[in-house]
Amino acid sequence: MSGGPLFSFAISGERVEFVATGPWIAAHAEALELLVSDVTSKAPAARSAAVNLSGIEQLDTLGAWLLERVIRVCKERGQETVVVGLSPRFCSLFDTVHELNRDPPASHAKPNRLIAVLEGVGRATADLRVDLLAFLDMFGAISMAILRVLSRPRSFRLTSAVHHLYRVGWQAVPIIALITFLIGGIIAQQGIFHFRKFGADAYVVDMVGILVLREIGVLIVSIMVAGRSGSAYTAELGSMKMREEIDALRTMGFDPVEVLILPRVLALIIALPILAFLGSMAALYGGGLVAWLYGGMSPDIFLARLREAISVTHFEVGMIKAPFMALVIGIVACSEGLRVKGSAESLGLQTTTSVVKSIFLVIVLDGVFAIFFASIGM
Amino acid sequence: MDASAAPTAIQVRDLVVGFGQRTVLDHLSLDVHRGEILGLVGASGGGKSVLLRTIIGLIPKREGSIKIMGMELDQAMLQGTQAIGRRWGILFQQGALFSSLTARQNVQFPMRENLGISESLLDELATAKLEMVGLSRDDGDKFPSELSGGMTKRVALARALALDPEIVFLDEPTSGLDPISAGDFDALIRTLHQTLGLTVFMVTHDLDSLHTVCDRVAALADGKIVAVGPMTNLLASTHPWVKSYFHGDRARVRAPSAN
Ligand SMILES: Nc1ncnc2c1ncn2[C@@H]1O[C@H](COP(=O)(O)OP(=O)(O)OP(=O)(O)O)[C@@H](O)[C@H]1O
Ligand SMILES: [Mg+2]
Repeated sequence: MSGGPLFSFAISGERVEFVATGPWIAAHAEALELLVSDVTSKAPAARSAAVNLSGIEQLDTLGAWLLERVIRVCKERGQETVVVGLSPRFCSLFDTVHELNRDPPASHAKPNRLIAVLEGVGRATADLRVDLLAFLDMFGAISMAILRVLSRPRSFRLTSAVHHLYRVGWQAVPIIALITFLIGGIIAQQGIFHFRKFGADAYVVDMVGILVLREIGVLIVSIMVAGRSGSAYTAELGSMKMREEIDALRTMGFDPVEVLILPRVLALIIALPILAFLGSMAALYGGGLVAWLYGGMSPDIFLARLREAISVTHFEVGMIKAPFMALVIGIVACSEGLRVKGSAESLGLQTTTSVVKSIFLVIVLDGVFAIFFASIGM
Repeated sequence: MDASAAPTAIQVRDLVVGFGQRTVLDHLSLDVHRGEILGLVGASGGGKSVLLRTIIGLIPKREGSIKIMGMELDQAMLQGTQAIGRRWGILFQQGALFSSLTARQNVQFPMRENLGISESLLDELATAKLEMVGLSRDDGDKFPSELSGGMTKRVALARALALDPEIVFLDEPTSGLDPISAGDFDALIRTLHQTLGLTVFMVTHDLDSLHTVCDRVAALADGKIVAVGPMTNLLASTHPWVKSYFHGDRARVRAPSAN
């Protein structure tokens, strides 16, 4: 009795009769669709059409819809169409499907390729302005929150700030120390290798010292922190936004900036200089170790040369930059977090944007500082 | 597919489920007949969702057996969840719509993965399903975050029905809806049940749903099914929890109008 579904037509005079038999259910969806489009396209034009359903064994929405499609096609061709032999148990389903999908689909006109590209460029440009405004907005909101907290110091969330300091500061120490240590070592190795050709290997100490203290230390640490803690901030705030936790906070009369964002940003501003300092020390240590093991320069000589090569100014230049880097990372991470919309996808998107944007801004800021310090002679 | 093979759609025997030290379901047995709407009631936190999630294989069981359409659940799971996944549809308590897909894409998702049909037919079917649950074509383009609570439930139901399953599991389909929408939803479930010949396993706290749509009601208390049968039997039950559930202050208001 049961095999696959069948669909065929027969012509008798002015009338074409379609015959459907077998199981018309989703399990045979692929075959059914082919059958229906095949048979209806082959069926010749006739005065009237009949759809014989007496052989249908099983029917579900998919099958009923395909049959309804046949009927609609026939009607569109101007044929008088009747349904015969429908078993009573399928009647209500058939009637239900008959009512569905009546509105014509809204036509989505495909835009011109060139116009779409231009539109993309235009939107991206406009978004740049929105990004800038969002950044300034968050900066302003944080400044206001700081002022409010200064006027009412009791309202500062110390516990929260300490908790975040622990997470972004203390817990980041091992990985930051390891990476800066390795980078210090690599710089020293490269310096020794290339300077040796000019007999200038001793100057590797100057290079490592100045580069690490002025630039690399703080830059590497900032990039690491943006990837490690900035992304976490964005994801946390974003999922809170998604689950309406931020709205709940606001309706209870709390300012989300004061409760959630200020402690996070402050923790970052405190943690980053400390991490940059530790990172610089680890990098110098790595450089010294490589100079000793690979370059044959004893630690005493390395330290003595280092003392000559660097001054407090170099150290200051690095350290002054750190809190500003932290501020930029914090602002970007938090404002991107608050821009998350309802979907999981937008959470991922904003987290990526947050990391990319903060790394970009950190490098730009570093460049600006370099120009600034050069012009004031530091 | 062979309708006569098993008269019970779901057969649960001596089921034990727990988390850590705590046993939530304790030697629970329950039968759901083919083509009926079974309502499951129980205290909040009593383990209704846990029972439902165990039956669909999301929570491991400690003891007992579960048969779905005559097939042992463990074996069905071993053969791959996709085969069995085609035969049931689930409406989760929170909707569980995919947040990065539109309502229409949510409904299309199981069809696209399982049926191998053309894009245009997918579109038509998805719109048909959305209209069946009372949504308009335009609602199909909305993302889950743009839907109201009731619309979310409707889309979730449309997705549960996407593959024309034999069994649908509904976890509190009418909670959070206004009484009119809840009534509509009940009527919808009843209609779909009649037109598609579904077996429905429904967790609910809604006394109206129990009275109007359920063929039988099972009461879950202390990790066991303490009473099961048509609504009239439950109203006559002497179990203390069932009594207070159906004859408490809130239930009494509508009890006289029930029959
Ligand atoms: N994943 C889990 N881990 C630990 N305990 C759980 C887990 N899921 C549920 N529980 C516990 O099992 C018990 C039953 O929960 P369940 O969600 O089944 O309640 P319910 O009957 O559906 O209640 P409600 O009507 O409120 O939805 C609860 O005490 C809950 O805390
Ligand atoms: Mg529940």
